[in-house]
Amino acid sequence: MDTRFYGAGLAKLDVGTELPGNLIVVEGADGVGRSTHIELLQGWLEGQGFAVASTGLVRSALTRRGIELAKEGHSFDRTTMSLFYATDLADRLEHEIIPALRSGFVVLADRYIYTTIARGSVRGLDREWLARLYGFALVPRRVFFLRLDPDELIRRTLRRGGELDYWESGRDIGLAPDLYTSFRKYQTLILGEFDRMAEQYGYTTIDASRTVEEVQAELRREVANLLDPSLLTPATDVADD
Amino acid sequence: MNGPHPTARREGSIDIQQAHGYPGRLIVVEGIDGSGKSTQLSLLQTYLVSEGYDVSFTEWNSSPIVKDTTRRGKKKNLFSPTTFSLIHATDFADRHERSILPPLQAGLIVLADRYAYTAFARDAARGCDQAWIRNMYDFATRPDLSLYFRVDIDTAVARITGGRISLKFHEAGMDLGLSPDPITSFRIFQTRVLEEYDHVAEEFGLTVLDGARSVVEQQREMRKLVKPILKGLRRAHAERPSAGSARLATARIA
Repeated sequence: MDTRFYGAGLAKLDVGTELPGNLIVVEGADGVGRSTHIELLQGWLEGQGFAVASTGLVRSALTRRGIELAKEGHSFDRTTMSLFYATDLADRLEHEIIPALRSGFVVLADRYIYTTIARGSVRGLDREWLARLYGFALVPRRVFFLRLDPDELIRRTLRRGGELDYWESGRDIGLAPDLYTSFRKYQTLILGEFDRMAEQYGYTTIDASRTVEEVQAELRREVANLLDPSLLTPATDVADD
Repeated sequence: MNGPHPTARREGSIDIQQAHGYPGRLIVVEGIDGSGKSTQLSLLQTYLVSEGYDVSFTEWNSSPIVKDTTRRGKKKNLFSPTTFSLIHATDFADRHERSILPPLQAGLIVLADRYAYTAFARDAARGCDQAWIRNMYDFATRPDLSLYFRVDIDTAVARITGGRISLKFHEAGMDLGLSPDPITSFRIFQTRVLEEYDHVAEEFGLTVLDGARSVVEQQREMRKLVKPILKGLRRAHAERPSAGSARLATARIA
């Protein structure tokens, strides 16, 4: 078996003997700063001469519209949802991620299988079933989990004039009669799943309660260690951006 | 939670190998294209309705949730063996939730044109990992009767080229680049599917019917096989004399 995948991999897809690129995943709840940090990482890496591509959930040409339509309908069964998101990832792996890695890109993924496994698991699906479903997924070089306490997450979301999202509140599973309590309960459950998976999938938990600069500095240290330790010279420090 | 779970289970046990325990009955037909399974199922449906049973019907690849995606993927040729397999599992999961479980729970006869076994045979023939495919369909309810209409490849090709429509791209396995000629490609691909079906039939105990026989002969055997599993099932209008309509249905297939 090809150990570059979590399981049997992708049928009939020639991955070649070597994938020179690096797949780096940033995980975490909505509002935790994932896209900000991915953008900052991308700018920094490109400034250092790396070719960088980014990808994220539901961005595949194949499934984007279909998943959006299904989410609007609110009649999205948990098994159906898990399989639809898996289709989205498989399509992006085959058409975006693996081709980019083959060309030596750093691919920054805004969430990966861990979010969809956590969502399914919180909705009562068998964790083993979910893990085996993602046997086609490439094992990333690094996964960073931006971890934030649900109470802080709520305050951050609301003080920017944002709203608590229907799906990110788990409104479909009837946790509480009101949005606030539902969101808080749901995010606590999701966090529990992420903490549980941390060891299994070997990802790095990053304390996201700090400032953007502090979090970004830590991410850059980690990424530099992976790609090229000389990136860590003082000249490339965050403060000089 | 007691009783059968409607979706994939935490315990990791395999639903598709366990009886569902709902008051309804689930009857599925399987077979390659040109095996005659859809014709037979449609005749059975007419017959069961005329006998006073409440019947619902569902077919492969028909969920409104994935319709848009499947159409887009086929039109632009975006599918790989993996995404083709996943989107069909998505379709199945949605129909399982909406169109298979509720009627079973309500005590109806559910007739399914193709079931998880189609994926086991077809996706494996496309090169997907067997254990991975089986895991994906773990949540599927085990049918009360699974009929596999077995035909040899020549019969299937003769039926498909002799009548109805032109060969569909994916049914002919054209996505696999086996041959530029659709008929040749169909022959190679469906021969593989047949081999997989034979394994699946044995593994899951499907009832094999000879799909090469006449329509009437097959329908008679099908009704004979269905009868025992209908015991104890409520009929909507059992008191109404149904001999006339039953004779009508029989006459149509004769």
